[in-house]
Amino acid sequence: MPYALCFLLFTIGLYCAVVKKNMVKIVIGLAVMEYAVNLFLIMLGYRVNGTAPIVDKTYYDSSTHQVTADFLNAAVDPLPQALVLTSIVIGLGTLALMISISIRIYEKYGTFDITEIRKLKG
Amino acid sequence: MSDIPLMLPAFVCIPLVAAFLLPIFGSFGRKGGALTTAVANLATLSLLVMSIASINQFSVYNVGKWSIPLGINMVLDGLTVFFLITVNLVSSAAMLFSVRYMEQYTAKPKYLTLFMLMVAGMNGVVVTGDLFNLFVFLEIASIASYALVGFGCDDEQLEASFKYMVLGEVGSMLVLLAIGLEYGVTGALNMAYISKAVQNNPTNIVLNFALAMFIAGFGLKAALVPFHSWLPDAHSSAPAPISAMLSGILIKVLGVYALLRTIFSIFGISSAVGTLLVVLGVVNMIAGAFLAIGQGDLKRLLAYSSISQVGYIFLGIGLGGVLLTADANPMWATLAILGSLFHLLNHAVSKSLLFLTSGSVEMATGTRQLGQLGGLAEKLPLTRASCAVASASIVGIPPFGGFWSKLILVVAAIGAGIYWAAALIVAVSVCTLIMYLKVHRYVFLGEPSETRRQIKESRGTMAVAMICLACLCVLLGLVFLVPTIRAELLDPAAKVLCDGVKYADKIMEVTRI
Repeated sequence: MPYALCFLLFTIGLYCAVVKKNMVKIVIGLAVMEYAVNLFLIMLGYRVNGTAPIVDKTYYDSSTHQVTADFLNAAVDPLPQALVLTSIVIGLGTLALMISISIRIYEKYGTFDITEIRKLKG
Repeated sequence: MSDIPLMLPAFVCIPLVAAFLLPIFGSFGRKGGALTTAVANLATLSLLVMSIASINQFSVYNVGKWSIPLGINMVLDGLTVFFLITVNLVSSAAMLFSVRYMEQYTAKPKYLTLFMLMVAGMNGVVVTGDLFNLFVFLEIASIASYALVGFGCDDEQLEASFKYMVLGEVGSMLVLLAIGLEYGVTGALNMAYISKAVQNNPTNIVLNFALAMFIAGFGLKAALVPFHSWLPDAHSSAPAPISAMLSGILIKVLGVYALLRTIFSIFGISSAVGTLLVVLGVVNMIAGAFLAIGQGDLKRLLAYSSISQVGYIFLGIGLGGVLLTADANPMWATLAILGSLFHLLNHAVSKSLLFLTSGSVEMATGTRQLGQLGGLAEKLPLTRASCAVASASIVGIPPFGGFWSKLILVVAAIGAGIYWAAALIVAVSVCTLIMYLKVHRYVFLGEPSETRRQIKESRGTMAVAMICLACLCVLLGLVFLVPTIRAELLDPAAKVLCDGVKYADKIMEVTRI
């Protein structure tokens, strides 16, 4: 169910990016798409009542030099979190570039409506 | 052999380091400007030499000495070497051309920085063996290219950049979603491990959905026909050397290479996917060719022609995939794949040369509307000659490179008994011939107008870059005709695709030792 909602969020973002006429709304749509994917990645590693994937003394069995089974059963998957951090940074870069180009276009054309920004055709 | 694994990260590191040094050098004033161009050219040329030196090698490098599946690895195999050579060849020529061409813009160090980041991203996509890492490099290359398309900051360029960025980002998000879906099922991000997991679970519906998302996402980057609308705008608005990079290699690395790697090496080719590639290729070839003939803008015409030529590449790959899965003679499948890879190299060289000549025309006359040009043959002899060579190669006139690659595709199609494909390849070549005759008729022939008596031929590094690429257009036929070069360069690349999911076994074997 949460996955379905996440996918719904993704399609809302896609709809917004494809259908809306205002450039700012398109940018928001793309950002929503990205957050949906980030949310999806986080949920992949999520566990109900999970713990942070950090090994401390209570989870470390010094006799066998291994982490305990409790830890393996309870810890969330850290890899998607690393992926999401990377993806957030990338998203920040694209968002900044998109907004700055939107502002430059507004300076040139005096409008955010993409139906009026049509010097290119063919 | 021992040095080769150490060379692998350098393909990413050299352009990245150059990208961060260039703005510093650029702040030193006039001398700094000369230094930045020298450093940038040195970086692209050294990358070209390195990629040629790594021909016929196979190696795996674990980043930070973390072995897979914990760490990220970089892989050098036949396909990687082939794409590295293509990328660095075109980027060296485009960089050489930029030295003079970019004098008309301000902020040249920033341009060179973005250029280097784009090269770093493309080299990274090609060498990486990790799916998420591929996404990161894909984004580095894409973001740099969005900024470069809008580099002139004119109305049209900003508009094209925004359009390109919106569609490109939708593509990237689809790819990221596909990576997430795939990770949820297989629990691996390394290509070799994913491939193993997919083989154990081939009918999983989520994995098939992920494959569809990959095809849609990378297809957006490759401008496959339902998603092609950004390409003519972006490629015609960018500065000429960047158009050459975008049309020559960016769509091929981010689109074609990434798609080939996911379909062939990770998921394994199936006849359904092969048929899909054939259909996409055919639609691209026909739509691109017909749209190109009607264009009145020189660079838009060239951009639509790229869509058509990418169709050739997908048609060949798709035919190879269909033949590999059917009970056909594997020789024809290998030949079709080899032909389309060879066509990719030919198209990269000739289309980037055509965009460079369009830049030379635009710099001399200030326009690229076909109707306003004409009679430039006497004024721009070098540009005209190199444009003629590149057109001949792309149309497929012997003895230029493009003829041989199309010949291989036709022979493979006939050998496998798929006669309509062979007929289509020839028919679309005729359309291509019409569009390039139109270019020559309108740009170079006829009477020059009075105002254009004073225009000058491009000189210096611009001329050198065009001459080098024109020579390559002629000599590329040798890559196929000389058996030793073919065995070193083309055969290993085609073999990687034919072997398909054996890729995983090879990586695992190397890692175990």
